[in-house]
Amino acid sequence: MNDQWTNRLSEYIDGELDNTERAALEAHLSTCGQCYATLGELRQVVARAKTLEDTPPAKDLWVGIRAGLTPGRRPGVSRDTTPAHRRFSFTVPQLLAASIALVLLSGGGAWLALRQGPTNAPEPIAVTRPASTRVASWTGSTDIAIGELQAALTLNEKRLDSTTVRIVRKNLAIIDRAIAEARIALRNDPGNAYLNLHLADTMRRKVELLRRVNDMAAARS
Amino acid sequence: MPRQVLEDTLTADSIAADTALAASGDPSAFERLYRTHVARVHTLVRRMLDADEADDVTQDVFIRAWQKLSTFRGESAFGTWLHRLAVNVVLARRKSVGIERGRFINAEEPLDGVTSKPLTPELSMDFEEALASLPEGARQVFVLHDVEGYRHEEIARMLGVVPGTSKSQLHHARMALRRHLER
Repeated sequence: MNDQWTNRLSEYIDGELDNTERAALEAHLSTCGQCYATLGELRQVVARAKTLEDTPPAKDLWVGIRAGLTPGRRPGVSRDTTPAHRRFSFTVPQLLAASIALVLLSGGGAWLALRQGPTNAPEPIAVTRPASTRVASWTGSTDIAIGELQAALTLNEKRLDSTTVRIVRKNLAIIDRAIAEARIALRNDPGNAYLNLHLADTMRRKVELLRRVNDMAAARS
Repeated sequence: MPRQVLEDTLTADSIAADTALAASGDPSAFERLYRTHVARVHTLVRRMLDADEADDVTQDVFIRAWQKLSTFRGESAFGTWLHRLAVNVVLARRKSVGIERGRFINAEEPLDGVTSKPLTPELSMDFEEALASLPEGARQVFVLHDVEGYRHEEIARMLGVVPGTSKSQLHHARMALRRHLER
């Protein structure tokens, strides 16, 4: 085996040789079966590394971690740091949007169960948006999910009694009106913290209501 | 929205939500983040250090993550941020246990011992076991480059060596490991 070239095989695999070196190595490979075989094995090692799987620890480490979290303090705030100097990682609307996402997630199972019911509804078209727009319009993903929850409710509200449906629709109308008013106000003052909070809270209420009603419909299916 | 897309969206949103809630001081949200990411972190630590250190260092990684959550700006995924933090904790551990730079650079001798093991069915090792048997320097470069996808320049910076050393260690690690490919 030619050590001069064998020691360059990894660089060859990783594309780190310049054109002259690569051409010389390839010329050598065409005449050296041993280096050619080694190259194949090294490529297998590289491929194998990409298929290694993660495995959890044998024991649950959370108890030890939980004990290490300082009680009664927010993460990342040192004892010497005054609140005025603290830099938050998330805006208030982002935090509220996050809480809405959690509510959505908790209701997702029931919603999926409803979607698996015997309906002939066509598969909705997937809505994808570039990541850069998600921060700018923090309500976007919640709007989509609310739409889906409402569609599920429309399909399955026959499982509910008429009085319940009437009350739900009435409450949804009230919430929708509040959401619409908040959105209109935010168009004129998009940075208004109160309006952002109000909109997020109202959307959260709508998600919770839809989730509860869908849970109820799922329980009756 | 197709079901898989919805589930992926909800998963990403739930991690973002838990990150936000954990940053506001919610240990329950942080526990959910732990459950989601512990396998990846523990595996990285176990491969980079000795297996008997993996539990302690993994706990350290998550405690530090909790302490540093205020520095997470959301510019990358939480998992990416946590992973980089784990690498930093591992490398700090490497220094703190007194592993000297000279040992890292001159780690080829024990590597030769690994490569010269006879390849018989009885003695053949699982790929992970073979990886664990590599000298620390070669093992860490291999894990960082071939498993985790870091570039030699990044690895060299992290380990305090020149990129040529990182390349050399990687090649020796691969040469050793090729004998332990599952046939």
